[in-house]
Amino acid sequence: MIDNMAARVSAPAAPGDAATAASIPVGLTREQLLEMYRYLRLTRSLEERLTALYRQGKVIGGLFRSLGQEGESVASAFALERGEHKDFLSPLIRNLGAMLVMGAKPVEILRQYMAKATSPTVGRELNVHFGDLVLGFLGQISHLGDMIPVMAGIALSFKLRGEPRVALVYIGDGGMSTGTFHEGLSFAAVQRVPLVVIGEYNQWAYSTPPERQFAAPHLADRVKPYGIHAETIDGNDVLEVYATTKAAVARARSGAGVQFIEVKTYRRKGHAEHDNQSYVPPGEIDRWAKDNDPIDRYAKRIVERGWTTAPALTEIDRAVAAEIDAALASCIDDPLPAAASALPGVLTQPGAAPLLWYRRL
Amino acid sequence: MAEITYLEALRQGLWEEMEHDDRVFILGEDVGRYGGAFKVTEGFLEHFGESRVIDTPIAEAAIVGAAAGAAHMGLRPVAEMQFIDFISCAYDMLTNYVATARYRAGLPTPIVVRGPCGGYVRGGPFHSQNVEAAFFHTPGLKIVYPATARDAKGLIKSAVRDDDPVLYLEHKWLYRRIKETLPDDEDVLTPIGSARVAREGKDVSIVTYGATVWKSLEAAEELAKADGISVEVLDLRTLLPLDDASIMASARKTNKVLIVHEDTRTGGLAGEITARINEQAFEWLDGPIMRVTAHDVPLPYAPTLEDFVLPQTDDIVKAARWLAKY
Repeated sequence: MIDNMAARVSAPAAPGDAATAASIPVGLTREQLLEMYRYLRLTRSLEERLTALYRQGKVIGGLFRSLGQEGESVASAFALERGEHKDFLSPLIRNLGAMLVMGAKPVEILRQYMAKATSPTVGRELNVHFGDLVLGFLGQISHLGDMIPVMAGIALSFKLRGEPRVALVYIGDGGMSTGTFHEGLSFAAVQRVPLVVIGEYNQWAYSTPPERQFAAPHLADRVKPYGIHAETIDGNDVLEVYATTKAAVARARSGAGVQFIEVKTYRRKGHAEHDNQSYVPPGEIDRWAKDNDPIDRYAKRIVERGWTTAPALTEIDRAVAAEIDAALASCIDDPLPAAASALPGVLTQPGAAPLLWYRRL
Repeated sequence: MAEITYLEALRQGLWEEMEHDDRVFILGEDVGRYGGAFKVTEGFLEHFGESRVIDTPIAEAAIVGAAAGAAHMGLRPVAEMQFIDFISCAYDMLTNYVATARYRAGLPTPIVVRGPCGGYVRGGPFHSQNVEAAFFHTPGLKIVYPATARDAKGLIKSAVRDDDPVLYLEHKWLYRRIKETLPDDEDVLTPIGSARVAREGKDVSIVTYGATVWKSLEAAEELAKADGISVEVLDLRTLLPLDDASIMASARKTNKVLIVHEDTRTGGLAGEITARINEQAFEWLDGPIMRVTAHDVPLPYAPTLEDFVLPQTDDIVKAARWLAKY
């Protein structure tokens, strides 16, 4: 798989291949290129900060990294119409980048990971499991595949109301083994709803490689029989992911139905921070880190093409670090939620679960 | 004023809610052109159009999940399970996704999932189930189970208007067997969370729901005539949340409680109702709380087998008589 991947990686631009701003692909501006870079860096730096907090025992529960996958996550979300009541996505655990692009704030992520009373879920749910219906992202549940039918329903609501909105949802090479994925995709395909599915071929489902999940080389091969447009691309090429998603979103918006994009990428960290990755062949992670890091490739390309400069990127790195510092300082001392706040809000009516009798003794 | 069946009452309730609120739409297997396996949605496609009556693949998880997604965005989907037996295929979506949505994420998920339940119809193991116990255990859902035509209409209308996810369980043995005259000129609404005294009595209370409301009423009549025993029958109507106040009021009145349900015994609702009476009305009891239920086997097909497994009127008569004498 990985050897195949190497062939798919775009050759880096040769020195002297510098181009003018006019040749920036798919209508992107210099500002947008830098904005995407900022999201890539923010995703990685925020996760690195969370790793430090995890080691200090400040993170409650597990920590899930998207190291090596930030490119496809950020670039796919960046291809959506963003803002209040525009396009809509549902991330997975390794799509922090997509959430940040949609408007999730670093401080919200930090609060979530520390189960703060001030977190978006008021300490009820973990990590990136939260959303914002106005900004257009819906938190996942842990049951992989379940967000496909739900996002099919959200896309269905766009179709039924004639709203020119698109829904985008992520699924992994492991999650595609679930029944809910196939049920949801089939339903969405039949209804021709405006849904874009990003299939993340990241080589590992916890410790299980793709060849133990399915007997086909590509995720795209598995979904074409549903009668949908499906393609496979290099998921670590930020601009290719952006361009491909942008085109898919446009097709979905114009009524062409479900679009599937398989992004070949690589999960460089374990399933969660506790995972020692003993199942990974020696040298494999280092090879991906050295030769095929999506942020390195992107930075190199936009500098070599003359679309920006290395100092400009360093400046963004500094600003991102400062932003994370400020976010952390603003929330590190926030309290945990009050214990009895666990009872309200299961239903609208009755408004709260009753306190049990022995707690009143 | 016309006499209508339980099925027609349900159909009218759905129709009225779709006329009343254009956010309401129906999705499910064969609900459109065919009008549903039991014709609950007959004529809906022609009247409301394809965007509000959606035929789906055989994919219960997709049906429920898509309903949830549409509900988040402000619509009010009513999902049909062709037979309620197939709701198990959407168990994950209902219990993990739908039921937790408000609590974990503040997500509005006003969906109704409805479908035909129950036995006494020779449907065999997969077209006769009662599924309430599987969902009763899940915080975040409501469960209603009408026994009368009035409540079939009143509860579907309340369920559609409710802001929480509601499982609406309808008994197929009652579909065309139960008839009632309902007013044309009033909005028939049955409040969710409220039981109904189906027959007043003073010696024994029968707490029940669904088809066994009618069998309990038959038993009560027989006991009154043959033994002079006065039986009160409480029709729960809503199973989740249970109407504790009505259950306790009846327990305090008659001091003896028999719980009757068609569902199997172990882990059935009778256990929870028993525990609640024990906790809330123990000192009022003059006898043990007893249960009449199905035997703990999958529901078999042959009439001799099905009739033996399910609770029958005569079982209720004997059990109530035994309890009255205790």
